[in-house]
Amino acid sequence: MSTCASFQIEHLQYLDAEGRLRAGAPPLAKDFARLVDLYRQMLFVRVFDAKAVALQRTGKLGTYASCLGHEAVHVGVGSAMRAEDCFAPSYREYGAQFCRGVQAREVLLYWGGDERGNDYSGPRHDFAWCVPIATQCLHAAGAALAYKLRKEPRVAVCCVGDGGSSKADFYGAINVTGAMTLPLVAVIINNQWAISVPRKAQTGAQTLAQKGIAAGLPCVQVDGNDLIAVRAAMDTSLERARKGGGGTVIEAVTYRLSDHTTADDARRYREDAEVKAAWAREPMKRLRAYLEAHKAWDEKQEEAWKAECAARVDTEVNAYLESKSQPVTAMFDYTYAELPVDLARQREAAIAREQGH
Amino acid sequence: MAQITLIEAVTQALAWEMAHDPAVVVLGEDVGVNGGVFRATQGLQQKFGPERVIDTPLDETTIAGLTVGLAAQGMKPVAEAQFEGFIYPMMEHIACHAARMRTRTRGRLHVPAVYRAPWGGGIRAPEHHSEANEHLFTNIPGLRVVMPSSPARAYGLLLAAIRDPDPVMFFEPKRIYRQYKEEVPDDGEALPLDVCFVLRDGQDVTLVTWGAQVKETLEAADALAKEGIRAEVIDLATVKPLDFDTIAESVAKTHRCVIVHEAPATAGFGAEIAARLAEHSLYDLHAPVERVTGYDTHIPLFRLEMKYLPGAQRIVEAVRRTLAAG
Repeated sequence: MSTCASFQIEHLQYLDAEGRLRAGAPPLAKDFARLVDLYRQMLFVRVFDAKAVALQRTGKLGTYASCLGHEAVHVGVGSAMRAEDCFAPSYREYGAQFCRGVQAREVLLYWGGDERGNDYSGPRHDFAWCVPIATQCLHAAGAALAYKLRKEPRVAVCCVGDGGSSKADFYGAINVTGAMTLPLVAVIINNQWAISVPRKAQTGAQTLAQKGIAAGLPCVQVDGNDLIAVRAAMDTSLERARKGGGGTVIEAVTYRLSDHTTADDARRYREDAEVKAAWAREPMKRLRAYLEAHKAWDEKQEEAWKAECAARVDTEVNAYLESKSQPVTAMFDYTYAELPVDLARQREAAIAREQGH
Repeated sequence: MAQITLIEAVTQALAWEMAHDPAVVVLGEDVGVNGGVFRATQGLQQKFGPERVIDTPLDETTIAGLTVGLAAQGMKPVAEAQFEGFIYPMMEHIACHAARMRTRTRGRLHVPAVYRAPWGGGIRAPEHHSEANEHLFTNIPGLRVVMPSSPARAYGLLLAAIRDPDPVMFFEPKRIYRQYKEEVPDDGEALPLDVCFVLRDGQDVTLVTWGAQVKETLEAADALAKEGIRAEVIDLATVKPLDFDTIAESVAKTHRCVIVHEAPATAGFGAEIAARLAEHSLYDLHAPVERVTGYDTHIPLFRLEMKYLPGAQRIVEAVRRTLAAG
């Protein structure tokens, strides 16, 4: 008997839960100006997220998917990409999208029941929020194929959850990426819970990263609460893809500190002790400790930036709350490029109803 | 000018559009070297290269999702489902994304894609190779559903489908892929995607059909003509959006209507036409609308399939009932 294949999966962590830097960190670990900038983006996301949950609780927003605890992986993914790259999110990667130019008011519009939230100010070619689990992975693969066919140095990036990595669409996307050497970076955000189903119930595989092995892709597991590790993995993967070296699977291990959405109650299926332990590993605290230890950040700056974030979020919230609903015609006008006769008649009937005829 | 079959017209349309629009790519299972299992993409990979005529991994979900991604990023993909019965894994991407992208993003992104599939029964094929399920797609907003029934209509409608900025389901009746040849100028002229075709004028009854049943319906009309019954035959061709006005005008003239399709009766697309006639043309009708369709069963394996499929005889019988009714 001989071995015909073997593999190992690397785990990247540079900043531990206490904010201590481990050996072998990339140059970003010493670029404090850049790190402060990224930390500020993470804090903005956290302030925004808390406000969005509060809006839902007070009846001013529909069901909302919180991103609490995902700040490092989201900002790490979004900040590593170039504007011309293409992002295919699921439905909670606001931190990545803010880095790319999506506005907070657009997130609120979407969860506030208005399609205009998907008409991003950010990169106009990025995909919209994608509720059908993991389907976005194949859209990203299709985008990657388009860029490869046109010989454009662009990369498609998709995010999917630990639960989503069980879906055929995820497997199909990484499989075709390997088969066609596509510039795709697939980021599995393993936050341990797919609503009420824990990570261990999703697969017998030791890691989710190793799913990439079967597709012939390089793959790595990172501490998804460590911004520096996420960025290191993203930078390497994006560069390889941009140079024609094909795709990568990254598993970012984190924890969903919130309920799945505001319609969920996580206390029904997980222990408080587990959540409490996860709070000790969360991404903001360690980065702040590291920055403060190197005199790059302090309490005063923290408070000032939080106040600034709150003001900016208020501006966004007000813009959302003050926005008027679309006219009834909006539901017809984007169904086709040109309205078919049948639909034009239904549209006229809807207008007449609006006018009380 | 060469005489070509329906499937050769499909190939000719693909080749024309690929030659004139670099954004057009073809993808699917066996579409490359093999030219497709029916040979619809015969010779295209040799002509346009493996980057534009792409053999994908064997996964319909992958084909459907890649197509959404390609189209949303500026390509014009023409995806092939090898058989209509294999299209079910594609439906999530077609219904939730291809058909929905424009409205979801308020027009920021759209999906100018064509999903082609050899459609329908009657070729003595194995299980899952004979389905007629166009009605599953006609209920999905944002899609167009097209079904040619002649070489010329296959050519013109496929060109139109590829050029259309919205996703188009293009169902090819495989039973008549090679049934007959006709002259089809390779001139890049598309046909409209929102009008049906009146194939035969008549005063006594309107026969509405699409796909391979167009042949059976025309045969029925010939048989009826020998009895002095003048049947008008309409090929729907662009099933969705429905050109109901042409049907209504015909029924206003003939006062009788028989709808013929292969798919099961219940909630088949014939039900929509019958409902529209009830809504808009009731007072023009002198007899109840008849439907001649597949039964509400799965299409049987091929020893029985011809007993399932409508045919000229059943159509003639329905017309006689209609004429006797009023």
